Amino acid sequence: MSVMPSDRVAYSPRRVAAIVLRHWYLLRSSWPRLFDLMYWPAVQMLMWGFLQMYVAQNSGSFARAAGTFIASVMLWDVLFRGQLGFSISFLEEMYARNMGNLMMSPLRPIEFIGALIIISMIRLAIGMVPVSLLAIVWFGFNLWSMGFALAIFFLNLFLTSWAVAIFVAGLLLRNGLGAESLAWGIMFLFLPLTCVYYPVAVLPAWLQVFAWMLPPTYVFEGMRALLIDNVFRADLMVQAFALNAVLFGLAVAGFLMLLRSARGEGTLLQGGD
Amino acid sequence: MHAPASNPAIAVDRLVKAYKTVTAVDGISFALERGTCTALLGGNGAGKTTTISTIMGLVEPTSGQVTVLGAVMPRQRHLALHRMNFESPYVNMPMRLTVRQNLNVFGMLYGCADVAGRIRALAEELELSDFLDRPTGKLSSGQKTRVALAKSLINQPEILLLDEPTASLDPDTADWVRGRLEHYRKERGATVLLASHNMGEVERLCDRVIMMKTGRIVDDDTPERLIARYGRSNLEEVFLDIARGRGEPREVAQ
Repeated sequence: MSVMPSDRVAYSPRRVAAIVLRHWYLLRSSWPRLFDLMYWPAVQMLMWGFLQMYVAQNSGSFARAAGTFIASVMLWDVLFRGQLGFSISFLEEMYARNMGNLMMSPLRPIEFIGALIIISMIRLAIGMVPVSLLAIVWFGFNLWSMGFALAIFFLNLFLTSWAVAIFVAGLLLRNGLGAESLAWGIMFLFLPLTCVYYPVAVLPAWLQVFAWMLPPTYVFEGMRALLIDNVFRADLMVQAFALNAVLFGLAVAGFLMLLRSARGEGTLLQGGD
Repeated sequence: MHAPASNPAIAVDRLVKAYKTVTAVDGISFALERGTCTALLGGNGAGKTTTISTIMGLVEPTSGQVTVLGAVMPRQRHLALHRMNFESPYVNMPMRLTVRQNLNVFGMLYGCADVAGRIRALAEELELSDFLDRPTGKLSSGQKTRVALAKSLINQPEILLLDEPTASLDPDTADWVRGRLEHYRKERGATVLLASHNMGEVERLCDRVIMMKTGRIVDDDTPERLIARYGRSNLEEVFLDIARGRGEPREVAQ
């Protein structure tokens, strides 16, 4: 057979594109999947937007913090849906009993991870862009006006979400669909600890130690500093990147270890619990 | 008993695979010459699926070694995986995707240079043209099997691993699939390893049979010689003798 030269190399963009294309075909063929990508982010944004309006009307100090709740919920969605987009795409392969086909193909684990990262960004964009436009129309809040800072926030949140999703994917390979609930719920552990809607100072001192171990905490603090004090805290972003580098490295190592364990236990062909 | 192959497509050497409480494969060795078709037979729990999974690099051996086209599995699997393919009832193709979309994805994964051309050729050869643009999930069992066969041939593999390739097919479709497999093997000189419970299929397609029981190889010969040696009229009777411990299978020297 005639094989593309690029497919003999360790990392083939064409194999990555094949997996992205597979999920694009799936999204394109299923309007409920597309609708689901926009539904919850829109509901969340509307709820927090109205809450913010109410609080701002009744509290002078909160009035200064215009848009922080809406920004928080939208950045939280980047973190949550970044992980969920990756994990759901991974689960789709298990539901479809297609994982064996992929594991026995020349697709390498690192290419699979790369493809799922791209898919998670596509899924997030489908949900996030319309909702951000809705926030402008409804509440006059323009998320994109944060500009460069927003790009840094996004990148840090993406890195955390992918790190968590990669580790969960390893657990799914090793333990089958018995670990499915982790894919749906693990990120909610981050919700109180990373101080999405309130400053870290609100937490008890001992819990603040744990909060500062998580990269998103720096992003949400940085977001509040930008929106309330008009200050971009580069120091917080540098610390977030450093923590993310460690977290991402640990997640990839954990995934490869769990994949190896799955080969040892013979669970790669199993899709059940 | 088969003489060792000099440049085997697949070489299994003292393979052991033990799980926590079970030894699924217990020190088996065999080598498959290139261009041959071999059946791996045995009752449920004999160790066939574990053996095939190890050959595909899905399972790490507890001890021993499996080499495929010279690559040690699973460590060097990326040297071999694009030159082999498989069909198994344990996996499906995504049901919402059309046949063409699925074949396009797998063609890209397996590195086909001209995926569209390969899909056209397979559609003609395996009579898929009428339903190429239908969702895979909406096809009949026979059509799905043809699509799975097309996926397994998308990269024109040198090694084809087949696990129950005609299970749940009507006799006519099953016969058609066997004909296509025979044709492919002769045309490409491919090595085929087949696990099946259909003894007629094995007699028709295979020039060698490896019999497994409780993780071990209990016999290994051509279908004709096995039938003659066990004094039976067909392979199914030989299989039953071995499975029920009625015959006198000799221990095969590894």
